[in-house]
Amino acid sequence: MAETTTRAKLRWGLLDVIVVVFALVPVLWIASLSFKTPATITDGRFWPREWTLENYKTIFATDQFVRALVNSIGIALIATLIAVVLGAMAAYAISRLDFPGKKLLVGVSLLIAMFPQVSLVSPLFEIERQLGLFDTWPGLILPYITFALPLAIYTLSAFFKQIPWDLEKAAKMDGATQGQAFRRVIAPLAAPGLFTTAILVFIFCWNDFLFAITLTSTERARTVPVALSFFTGESQFEDPTGAICAAAVVITVPIILFVLFFQRRIVSGLTSGAVKG
Amino acid sequence: MSVNATPAGARVAAEESGKPAVPAQHSGRRSKAPLSENKKAERKLGWLLCAPAALVMVLVTAYPIIYSVWLSLQRFDLRFPDERKFVGLENYVTVLTNGFWWTAFGVTALITVVTVVVELVLGMGLALIMHRTLVGRGIVRTAALIPYGIVTVVAAFSWRYAWTPGTGYLANLFSDGAPLTERASSLAIIMLAEIWKTTPFMALLLMAGLALVPEDLLKAASTDGATAWQRFTKVMLPVMKPAILVALLFRTLDAFRVFDNIFVLTAGGNETSSVSMLAYNNLIRGLNLGIGSTMSVLIFLTVAVIAFVFVKLFGTAAPGSDEGERR
Repeated sequence: MAETTTRAKLRWGLLDVIVVVFALVPVLWIASLSFKTPATITDGRFWPREWTLENYKTIFATDQFVRALVNSIGIALIATLIAVVLGAMAAYAISRLDFPGKKLLVGVSLLIAMFPQVSLVSPLFEIERQLGLFDTWPGLILPYITFALPLAIYTLSAFFKQIPWDLEKAAKMDGATQGQAFRRVIAPLAAPGLFTTAILVFIFCWNDFLFAITLTSTERARTVPVALSFFTGESQFEDPTGAICAAAVVITVPIILFVLFFQRRIVSGLTSGAVKG
Repeated sequence: MSVNATPAGARVAAEESGKPAVPAQHSGRRSKAPLSENKKAERKLGWLLCAPAALVMVLVTAYPIIYSVWLSLQRFDLRFPDERKFVGLENYVTVLTNGFWWTAFGVTALITVVTVVVELVLGMGLALIMHRTLVGRGIVRTAALIPYGIVTVVAAFSWRYAWTPGTGYLANLFSDGAPLTERASSLAIIMLAEIWKTTPFMALLLMAGLALVPEDLLKAASTDGATAWQRFTKVMLPVMKPAILVALLFRTLDAFRVFDNIFVLTAGGNETSSVSMLAYNNLIRGLNLGIGSTMSVLIFLTVAVIAFVFVKLFGTAAPGSDEGERR
C-alpha cells in the first residue's frame, strides 16, 4: 500500500512538473531576453550568457514607456474601483433582494460577457471622436468598466450568497445600529470577495489590447501593451527586442505577484463566479 | 428563481429585509398590507442598486451596436468625408463578396475549432491535475494561473521571439526557415499561443464542475470495479456536463474574437488575419468606417448565432437559464 502511494505521488509529481514547465517557459524566455546584451540577444540560447540591466534603464529613461505605464496603472485602477463598486451594488441586489427585472439584469450581464468586443470598435471610435473622449483616460475606462461588470457581478453575487447575513440581524438585536452592523459584521465578511473581484477585474483591464489600440492615438492614453507594439518601427531604439522584453517583464511583475500571493482567492473567484454549478 | 413567486418565498423575503416574521395566525388580508409595503421598498432598492451597472452596460454596448448598424448602411470613409452617403446594403454586398473576408472568416473558424477542442482536452487534464494531485497542489495551481493572468501581448511577443530565426530557442525546431513567414506554421504558432494562454481558464471552469463530483460516488464506482476511464466517463463527465458546456460556450466565443496574438505574431500577414484583425485594419489603417462597421455587425451576428445555437442545443444546461436555482 505504501509503495502504491509513493508511486502515485511520483506520477502526480511528474505531471505537476510538466504543467509548471509548460506554464513558465514563455515567461522565463521573455525575462531571459530582457537581460541579454545587444550583442548576445540573437544567439538563440535560452539563458543569457551575459547579464545586463541596460534594457530596463533604456525603457525607464524614455517618455514613451513611462507615460504608458502611468496610463496603464491609472486607467486599470480607476476602472477596477468603479467596476467593483457598481458590481457590488448590483450583486447585493441580485443575491439579497427580490425585485422584477433581476433575471433580466443577469441575462444582460451574460450577454455582455459573450459580446464580441471588436464589434464595438468602429462605433466607439466614431462616438468617442464626436464626444471628445477619443484618446483620453475616460475613453478607455468606460469600455473597461462595461466589460468588467459581468465578471464583477457574477463573482460578487457568488461571494455574497455565501455570507451569513443573519449575523447582521443578530448584531442589530444586540443593539448595534444599521451602520455598525454593516461596518463591523458585514463589511469584514464581504471584504475578501471584493478584493478577489478587484484582482480579477484589474487583470482584465491590465490585459486589454483591442480597445487600447483602437481608442487611443498618442501617449495621452496609450497603455503599455499598445506602447509595446509601437516600440518597433520609428521608435528611438535601434533594436527594440531587448526594450520590448524589458517592458513586457515590467507589466508582468504585478500579475506574478497577484498569482503568487492570491492564488487561492483567484482560483476560488474564477471557479465560483464563472460557473456556479 | 420560481420559488419567489410563491407566498412562502414572499414571506422569506420579508423576513430577510429585517421585519420580524408576520405571525402565522394573522389572516391573509391583514398580513398582506405590510408585506407589499416591504416589497415595494425592496423593489425600489433593488432597482436603485442595479441601475448604475445596467445603465453603463447598456449605454456602452447597445447604443454603439445600433449606431454601428446605422454606420454600416453608409458609405463613410474618413479620408473622403464629403462622400458620406446612405447606400443601403451595399457595404454588406461588398464585404460578403470579398475574398479577404471569407479567408479571414475561415481562419477565425479554424482557429476557434482547433483551439477549443485542444483546450477542452488539455483543460480537462489540467483540471484533473489541479483538483486531484497528491503533491504540490498549490504550486501547480499558481503556475497554471500565470498564463491566465499574463498580458496576451506579452505572451505573444515571447512566442514571436521564440520562433524568430537567430533569436529564438524554437526557431530551428522543425526547419531552417522562418516559421512566422509561412502560412501553415504561422497559424500553428497562433493556435499554440492561444492554447497556452487560455487552457488554464478552461481548466478552472472545468475544475468548478469537478468539485461537484461526489467523492463517495467515485469510491463506490471504484469498489464496484470500475476502471479509471469508466469512472471518468460514467461518473465524472455526466456530473460535469453543465460546467463543460459553459466552458465550451465561453471559450468558443472568446476564441472567435482572436486578435492580440495575431496582431503581434503575424500582423495578419500571409493570410492569417482573423475577422477582428480585418475589421481593425479597415477601421484604423483604412479609416473606412462604413466597411469597418459592416464587419462589426457581421461579427456580432455570427457570435449571436453561435451563442443561440449553444443555448438551443443545450437548453437548461446553458448559463443564466437556471440562474437562482443553483444555490
